[in-house]
Amino acid sequence: MRDVAIVSFAQAPAQSRVETTETQMLYPVVNEAIARSGLERRDIGFTCSGSADYLQGAPFAFVGNLEATGAWPPISESHVEMDGAWALYEAWVRLQHGDVDAALVFSSGISSKANLREVLCLQSDPYYLMPLWADPWSLAALQARAFLDANGHDERSLAEVVARSRRLASGNPNAQVSGEVSVDDLLAEPHVVSPLRASDAPPVSDGAAAIVLVAGEAAREACEHPAWIRGIDHRADPHYPGVRDLSTSASARQAAEAAGVAGGPVEVAELHASFSHEELILRDALGLDDDVEVNPSGGPLCGNPMMVSGLVRLGEAFRQINEHGKQRTVGHAASGPCLQQNLVCVLEGDA
Amino acid sequence: MAERVAVVGIGQTHHRKVRDDVSLAGLLREAGQRALDDAEMTWTDVDAVVIGTAPDSFEGVMMPELYLADALGAAGKPIMRVHTAGSVGGSTAVVASHLVSSGVRQRVLTIAFEKQSEGDTTWGLSGGRSGGVGAGGYFAPHIRAYISRSNAPEYVGWMVAVKDRRNALKNPYAHLQLPDIDLDAVKESPMVWEPVRRLESCPASDGACAMVLTDEAGGDAASKPPAWVHGTAIRSELGQFPGRDPVNPRGGQDCAADVYAQTGITDPLRDIDVVECYVPFSWYEPMWMENLGFAEIGEGWKLTETGATELDGDLPVNCSGGVLSSNPIGASGMLRFAEAAMQVRGQAGEHQVDGARTALGHAYGGASQFFAMWVVRSDKP
Repeated sequence: MRDVAIVSFAQAPAQSRVETTETQMLYPVVNEAIARSGLERRDIGFTCSGSADYLQGAPFAFVGNLEATGAWPPISESHVEMDGAWALYEAWVRLQHGDVDAALVFSSGISSKANLREVLCLQSDPYYLMPLWADPWSLAALQARAFLDANGHDERSLAEVVARSRRLASGNPNAQVSGEVSVDDLLAEPHVVSPLRASDAPPVSDGAAAIVLVAGEAAREACEHPAWIRGIDHRADPHYPGVRDLSTSASARQAAEAAGVAGGPVEVAELHASFSHEELILRDALGLDDDVEVNPSGGPLCGNPMMVSGLVRLGEAFRQINEHGKQRTVGHAASGPCLQQNLVCVLEGDA
Repeated sequence: MAERVAVVGIGQTHHRKVRDDVSLAGLLREAGQRALDDAEMTWTDVDAVVIGTAPDSFEGVMMPELYLADALGAAGKPIMRVHTAGSVGGSTAVVASHLVSSGVRQRVLTIAFEKQSEGDTTWGLSGGRSGGVGAGGYFAPHIRAYISRSNAPEYVGWMVAVKDRRNALKNPYAHLQLPDIDLDAVKESPMVWEPVRRLESCPASDGACAMVLTDEAGGDAASKPPAWVHGTAIRSELGQFPGRDPVNPRGGQDCAADVYAQTGITDPLRDIDVVECYVPFSWYEPMWMENLGFAEIGEGWKLTETGATELDGDLPVNCSGGVLSSNPIGASGMLRFAEAAMQVRGQAGEHQVDGARTALGHAYGGASQFFAMWVVRSDKP
């Protein structure tokens, strides 16, 4: 495979409600990512974005977002109705061809305009699951219960994930939720759907992010410390909760193997764990040792713009190499209820 | 491109107004199974799945790749979902072909679909608000502008409507089967969006289209002749700004120039044997003929008028019956790409163009602002 690196990353802070459009949110973010790369817009040979119409209740939401790229003259551009991490995957595939050398990836999501918990029910099988209004909270609680029962953890393990995430988020200006909170105080909260409490779930967030990819030696000119994509792959699990072992994530394990996570020591992993128990499932599925630093940004529990959160994980994994001198990090993205789909990206710095 | 890409399997559903005999998943499986049968492969032979469909609001299922993963045999595999408005079926084929040409995957199943009967498309297009003008209402002013600029006689639109429906009679999968159609019938059909009459408009269809794409080894091993992908291109441009020409959009011109450059096409009218292009309203045939470089500006309608675009003409266009005869929106672009591949495989049955060796598949979407194209040939690149 051709060497491709992340050379810049920009994000809008996760907010509980923005009064702008996705396009308005994207415009400064896209500009910042391009400016940081040192590239001109005309240097970008491929653009790919991720978003979902249903979040803002308007069809073709992505069409307006094209405005943020200034697509004139016409550009080579595509869109996935998925988290921006899959847009990055498509851009990485495109850069393998060798005829273009730089790609822009961006994604956006405004979830605050509607009741997200209701909207996401529409992701379920329309004939058998959707009529039950099997919302992501309830499905996540089923998975949390299966995980706790199978692994001998208790709810304290979940609260510890939350407390650590919020503490780490205090250092992240883009986080929506942060601060010191004790495990005992968290455990004193009532369940929303047992065994999950409000704190075990992510906030509803609006946000946007953009990443620039550059292939080959030019990446070192665009960026002092690029993060090279050493492996990237994604896999899906079956949709029906009843046909899966919910206590684990087979597709995350497969994606991690295909991306080569085990090929070297991992220093930091940014995991798209929207619920507290998902972090524990993913640590296991990705084969991360206890000494791997997980979600130093605070992770999705502290800011979780739909369609953006996975791309932000890849961006944060890049920042660990670019700004914090790490050598090998992992970014992970998920899609669907109960971690149905997982993407894993292994990044390395120049030694 | 590094790896050569072969189309070794093609399948489509019988497109109908309502396919209430199958679920959404059943619709995709019908097309997918036919493509796999054609490729002499099974679901387990597939490395990756790429699906495409137009807005989720058409069926009311958000990010349907999640629900469809089981039915498409995608558990344990990568599955992606593309959405680029009306061009999505074409864009989806391009994404799938890139997975192979990049060397990342070897055998990719790609399926595009729409089950319009699950919802209300005009409602969906207008964001769930009432008072939407529909796609025809949006495009009618562009068509009026074309007629005004080119001084084309009004019967040219009727001719396209008749030609495509007569071609559809040779295609067992086509939705509209109108054996009695003629110019008078089109002319006397109700005016829907001036100057677009009802019979000059596409139907609303349920349907899906699937293709199996493989690397060179897969193409060489196939027992039926594959179609070889010689070039792919996509372009997007802003939908609205002063000075933009939506009648002859630059994105379409640039996209065509890109795919022609990749495939050594210097005179499209001479070098391309058959075209499947996205004509949802009759006048888009002459409009795209100009945009794609088959005719000078203002002259595209003459290709229709002289019969060049007929099945037995110099440049057969939409021998399958086209979007005017079947419009499962998300699949309509992929049907163009697949029909182009069927022609160079000699697989198009009664609507086969004799000796077709080079074919263009074309799709467009949004405010005539998203374009996807590929050129396929019977010969290996």
